[in-house]
Amino acid sequence: MADINIRKVEKFYGKNQVVHGVDLDIRNGEFIVILGPSGCGKSTLLRMIAGLEEISAGEIAIENTVVNKLEPRERGCAMVFQNYALYPHMTVAQNIGYALKVGGMRKAERMQKVEATAKSLGLDQLLDRKPAQLSGGQRQRVAMGRAIVREPKVFLFDEPLSNLDAKLRVQMRLEIRRLHRALKATSVFVTHDQVEAMSLADRLVVMNGGRIEQVGTPEEVYHAPASVYVGGFIGSPAMNFLPCGVSEDGTFAVIDNTQFRLPIDPGMGKTIAGQSVIVGLRPEDLKIVPEANDPHLLTVAFDFSEEQGSGRLMHGRLAGRDFVLHSAGRNHPAPGTPCSLSIAPESVHLFDPTTEKRVVAEGNPAAEPAAISQPDFAGAIQ
Amino acid sequence: MIERTPLLNIVTHVILVAGALLLIIPIWLAFVAATLTVAEVNSPNVHYLPGGELWNNLTAAWTRAEFGVKFMNSMIVAIAVVIGKVIISAISAFSIVFFNYRLRMVFFWVIFITLMLPLEVRIVPTYSVAANALYPFQTILDATGISWLIAQIAGVELSLEWNMLNSYTGLILPLVATATGTFLYRQFFLTIPDELVEAAKMDGSGPFRFFIEVLLPLSRTNIAALATIMFVYAWNQYLWPLLIITDRANYSTVVMELRRLIPGPDAIADWNVAMAGTLIVMLPPLLVVVLMQRWFVRGLISTEK
Repeated sequence: MADINIRKVEKFYGKNQVVHGVDLDIRNGEFIVILGPSGCGKSTLLRMIAGLEEISAGEIAIENTVVNKLEPRERGCAMVFQNYALYPHMTVAQNIGYALKVGGMRKAERMQKVEATAKSLGLDQLLDRKPAQLSGGQRQRVAMGRAIVREPKVFLFDEPLSNLDAKLRVQMRLEIRRLHRALKATSVFVTHDQVEAMSLADRLVVMNGGRIEQVGTPEEVYHAPASVYVGGFIGSPAMNFLPCGVSEDGTFAVIDNTQFRLPIDPGMGKTIAGQSVIVGLRPEDLKIVPEANDPHLLTVAFDFSEEQGSGRLMHGRLAGRDFVLHSAGRNHPAPGTPCSLSIAPESVHLFDPTTEKRVVAEGNPAAEPAAISQPDFAGAIQ
Repeated sequence: MIERTPLLNIVTHVILVAGALLLIIPIWLAFVAATLTVAEVNSPNVHYLPGGELWNNLTAAWTRAEFGVKFMNSMIVAIAVVIGKVIISAISAFSIVFFNYRLRMVFFWVIFITLMLPLEVRIVPTYSVAANALYPFQTILDATGISWLIAQIAGVELSLEWNMLNSYTGLILPLVATATGTFLYRQFFLTIPDELVEAAKMDGSGPFRFFIEVLLPLSRTNIAALATIMFVYAWNQYLWPLLIITDRANYSTVVMELRRLIPGPDAIADWNVAMAGTLIVMLPPLLVVVLMQRWFVRGLISTEK
């Protein structure tokens, strides 16, 4: 159990910088998920914590000890790899117990621990098998067992579920969550799957291009995305973005090149009155209004739809851009008919068109996502 | 691939049988010759079926070529080459593949170049090194004036010498120092996923432990393949032992002695004994190949999951 403090960490491969000054404080026992597209530096960051990559600049401290120069084995981390990385020539028991064997634990004690761990993961019938004789899910469990048995201070997961099929992934996700509740060890989990990230995380770290875009609870990240990037990345289908001009009194925004008006949270009005903004609208926050006659109400004709079971994704065009709506239930507008849409003011996300950062009401720090207001994360917001 | 091509099947089988016969007939004839009497083996009509003299011919060949000692020598050399080769190529490939150090690629190419210069090509310099393994160092010391300095200060003429002629060391070392095995291992080590190396690191295993407990068990089939190849290679050496062994009573190998069984122009043409000797000499490599073949093939294909 340990805090992890990451201070201004950078990583270069030759002249190519892949991690740009990341600051992050991970609290003891927390389950942190680092989310981002491939190539955003999330795995590199994890591997720097593990000690598998050198830290080019900055420092990483685990339990208040700077670990930059420590070997992986001295850092007290255990890691679960994407391809499990089991030793093919060892049995399940030997795989799980290898770290203990290297650590010099006596055989009797070691076997006892291995058996206890295997039992907790439902592997006790498979201890004599080789990895080649196991299914994907069982291998995944062995990889977890190998990490658990060491009772590490920190668990590191490098996209461990991406090789499993959809059903097994959901099941393992729950198991990891349950495991974390039982062990309470600090965990860092890297993934590009936002559903996985949302369901596992105590706090989410959204990364893009080697920088942290936002740190916050899944709710914060979803309901108050810190930037256009985060808004577009979290949520499926992605948020609709529309350039708008805000009215002089700050009560509504007009979508550029249309007469459609969008309501604005009253608390925000003063800050952005008369300015141009980018508005983000989540497809699931829009409601179809039957028989509305207001010419200022957002109206879109949808060309085609995708059935989702729980609802339908309606695709159309608005102000020269693609526009998506999630229509819940079973009654959906026919393709081609114009639909009037309403949205709650608090669901209208406002972003600065030049910095692409979320616009925050002046003198109202509460509206800001909590994690970002901490000075520690100041460096993360460029 | 499943195809219905009956005609092609027949053709391929004919080729296969022809190839097999081509390989087997000389060995069969050698075996038959080893079972005949001197008169029979020299009669104008070729015998295709074995006679009853095999045991007599074998014992004659064994005693005449003094195979007792020579067999021991050949075994010592072949086994030592196998062991030396397996160890040195595993270690050198381990270093080249898993460690990152300056001049790594230089060392890699130096090893690679030895592939292009087999023993037969560099036999003269190799002989001169075997005659005095420290000769290159002596040259360096002389050229840099260090030996002169030592002579001035200590009053001793420095002359380094390590003679390997007429010794097992001389027979073994030049055969161990080649690159073939290193490459076999390198290719295998390159297929080991990085994650496995990293997992071992996370488990706290140092490089030495990783080598012994993970790499070596995984390269079992490679070791078997290399051992088979090297055993046959070392056993069949003729030119090199011939060159450096003058003390034939103590250090010659069976392949060298086989030459003595071949009848000269003036002697009795007892090819039956010569062929019996061939059978004896062929036996150990044959046994090794037969016993190791399952592993051998797997090691060269190397796709064990």
